[in-house]
Amino acid sequence: MNTANYLVDITMIMPELTLICVALILLLLDLVVKNKEVLAAVGIAGTLVALYGTYKLFVFHAPQSVFADMFVLDGYSNFFKLIFYLNIILTILISLKYMTIEKASFGEYYSLLIFATTGMMIMASAADLIVLYLGLELMALSTYILAGLMRKQLRSNEAALKYFFLGAFSSAILLYGISMTYGLTGTTNLREIAAALQTLNIMESPAVFLGLIFLIVAFGFKVALAPFHMWAPDVYEGAPTSITAFMSVGPKAAGFAVMGRVLFEAFGGMQMQWNSILIPLAVITMAVGSIIALAQTNIKRMLAYSSIAHAGYMLLGIIAGTPEGLASTANYLMIYMFMNIGAFAIVIMLRREGFQGENLDDYMGLAKSHPLASALMLIFMFSLTGIPPTAGFIGKFYVFMEVIRSGYTYLAIIAVIFSVISAFFYLRVVMYMYMKDPKEDVTLTTSSTLSIALAITAIMVLILGIFPSFLLNLVRSSIPG
Amino acid sequence: MCIKNSNMSETFVPSDYFPVVIFFIFALLIGFGTLLLGVVLRPKRPYTQKLYPYESGNPPVGEPRYKFSVKFYIIAMLFVVFDVEAVFLYPWAVAYNKLGIFGFAEMMLFVFILLIGYIYVWKKGAFDWE
Repeated sequence: MNTANYLVDITMIMPELTLICVALILLLLDLVVKNKEVLAAVGIAGTLVALYGTYKLFVFHAPQSVFADMFVLDGYSNFFKLIFYLNIILTILISLKYMTIEKASFGEYYSLLIFATTGMMIMASAADLIVLYLGLELMALSTYILAGLMRKQLRSNEAALKYFFLGAFSSAILLYGISMTYGLTGTTNLREIAAALQTLNIMESPAVFLGLIFLIVAFGFKVALAPFHMWAPDVYEGAPTSITAFMSVGPKAAGFAVMGRVLFEAFGGMQMQWNSILIPLAVITMAVGSIIALAQTNIKRMLAYSSIAHAGYMLLGIIAGTPEGLASTANYLMIYMFMNIGAFAIVIMLRREGFQGENLDDYMGLAKSHPLASALMLIFMFSLTGIPPTAGFIGKFYVFMEVIRSGYTYLAIIAVIFSVISAFFYLRVVMYMYMKDPKEDVTLTTSSTLSIALAITAIMVLILGIFPSFLLNLVRSSIPG
Repeated sequence: MCIKNSNMSETFVPSDYFPVVIFFIFALLIGFGTLLLGVVLRPKRPYTQKLYPYESGNPPVGEPRYKFSVKFYIIAMLFVVFDVEAVFLYPWAVAYNKLGIFGFAEMMLFVFILLIGYIYVWKKGAFDWE
């Protein structure tokens, strides 16, 4: 055992270690500090330190894998880590006042958010199925608790239990997939799996295909692909809204990160096989998400189905099977993070003491009393639909372009049809705000942190929509062809 | 358990696991064999007292299935955490000389993290019954 070697390895996971330390410190601080805003500030500060650490590693070290090739640092993992950092910072910003209104302002909240983010970062860097599973469980266990944080509310309890049972189920399926792959190739390392598949010449083997199916199903649970999406609407509705925003971006991005890495690195030679599963999944996901969302009257449920539909669009980038396709998926996730958290921030603004503000009817005539909030919601809804001056258009355009370049023109046509269908329920919110008369006076709950989060998301949605080249260059250099 | 790819033949036979299979078969044989032997050999003369559930010689007072306080759940959960810690300490102590200072630091870190959890649980009042 070489101690000096280990010290080098530990430097490479400094951001993750920083986050774990911050989470532990927060746990202890919660016992002595009564003001939860201090904890939130410490959480954001710790995340920024970790972000700086990742940036330093990115600048000073070439892409490399450490801990016996189990943990990899490359542009791909760094790009996803950037998504996770921004996701947690925006989540903390939108949740400060909201959690006091829900009477669920616990110090553990910030600690668990950071633990979940650490899990996602481990997933993004995992080059070994065991490390992948470790990160996935750290993320999943933390999010189960976060979903049930409103202990006195029945639907929050239901959300946590449902998420836990189905999550545990999907973990079991993932372990089946891992053990089958290990049994057939004799290794859990992604690169060595690819090499073993070549040398043993077992790519056509139905047993390998079965293992691959198990893995895809488990990842499908995490990103809420269609036949495995049943948990999403109930969990998204029951969880605290800030956690819904966090969950709809973080675990989804982490799921796509591992799906991309496992499929491209370990099963890169089996693209025909995995596409024969992913293509029907993508079509069903887009159909279920877009069509069932039409019937929703609760905005959190509507955004849950919208998030399912978006998972279908993101999947197209992986189906394209090229590094550019993977880059388009990563790009979509970054854009989706800004527009989705922005939309949830508006939903949070409508929540006040004794008023849920989750029904579509509550948005009636909002533009007359609160023109600025309505304008922001309009931007986010346009972006989720994919209307040009906003970032959502760039995300969809890039994904569709890559899937057409790989020769799946029919998939792009199907995706466009479903985005037209989805325009109905996004624009219905806009119609309610601008073209209906208000039923009753709606007062908004504002706070300075929420305003900062809204400003960041709205500005990013517009900037990335009008000047997309910065993000596109970043994602293309992170995931080289 | 690590299997190298380089020396693997065309078809992969997990022959390393063959002892496990033999062990499994023997475990089944011994378990069921002794039970079967008892059924065959012992005399069968059942009466009421003999068929009572054994509760240290006292006559049973009621159904054993009633609702427990949820506090037992917390105690059980905490027990598992610190039990795992103790179990983890044994192999570490056995291999202590070979692990060196690095192994020592690793284990201290592990214990320290659990200590933080312990302080947290204590201060939150999980050990208070009322």
